[in-house]
Amino acid sequence: MKLKQIAGLTNATVVCGSEYLEREVDKAFSSDLMSDVLTLDSDQLLLITGLCNLQTVRTAEMADIRIILFVRNKKTTPEMVSLARENRMAILETPFSLYRASGVLYEGGLKPVY
Amino acid sequence: MAITLTYKIQGGDFTNAGNASSKVKKVLKELDVDARKIKHTVVALYEAEVNVVAHAYEGIITAVIDEKKIEIEIRDKGPGIADIGLAMQEGYSTASKRVREMGFGAGMGLPNIKKNTDFLEITSCPGEWVNVKMINYF
Repeated sequence: MKLKQIAGLTNATVVCGSEYLEREVDKAFSSDLMSDVLTLDSDQLLLITGLCNLQTVRTAEMADIRIILFVRNKKTTPEMVSLARENRMAILETPFSLYRASGVLYEGGLKPVY
Repeated sequence: MAITLTYKIQGGDFTNAGNASSKVKKVLKELDVDARKIKHTVVALYEAEVNVVAHAYEGIITAVIDEKKIEIEIRDKGPGIADIGLAMQEGYSTASKRVREMGFGAGMGLPNIKKNTDFLEITSCPGEWVNVKMINYF
């Protein structure tokens, strides 16, 4: 699924990475626990999370995750955006809950990690 | 020829937690190390770095990279680990609420470091220090 489709299905705003609208991921993982994210063997996936802090972006950097979708209108800080830009990551913000965002994207064909 | 990198870590400084891991990642990328090996190494290092920030007063990371491997040592001053066997068990954690709010502290760090390293040795003097040594072969 392309970044622009992810944004469309979840009514999300692209906070940074609008130059990567054609970027594709085939799997997603939803979690607020960064330790869990760091155990994943897959990379190049979409992270859907309600945990909105600098360590979320750091974790994504280490785990080679290239798109983060923050749920429930969680707002990113300038430091988070700058770190994401530095690592050529895209950040999206959706008003949907973690459950709804995950459900909509699953229905749209985005596969789970497990 | 080996490259040696050294970084200081400040306990409690969550804003900069991960800076050292990020720098090591950039160096490994420049050296054209296999992407999977880089990921394993930086995930293990990042977990260890977060541990120092979460539990210790201060720490020092020394990474030595040569053609075949990366050897990392993380030494900290802090409360140490009373029972390393227990700390290695998945789900065991002494992390504070603040650490948990950052998305860590679920007792998954040390087992995950083990999973991502070819060699791991953890030694500690309770009440004084922890020394984590890890090696990954390219």
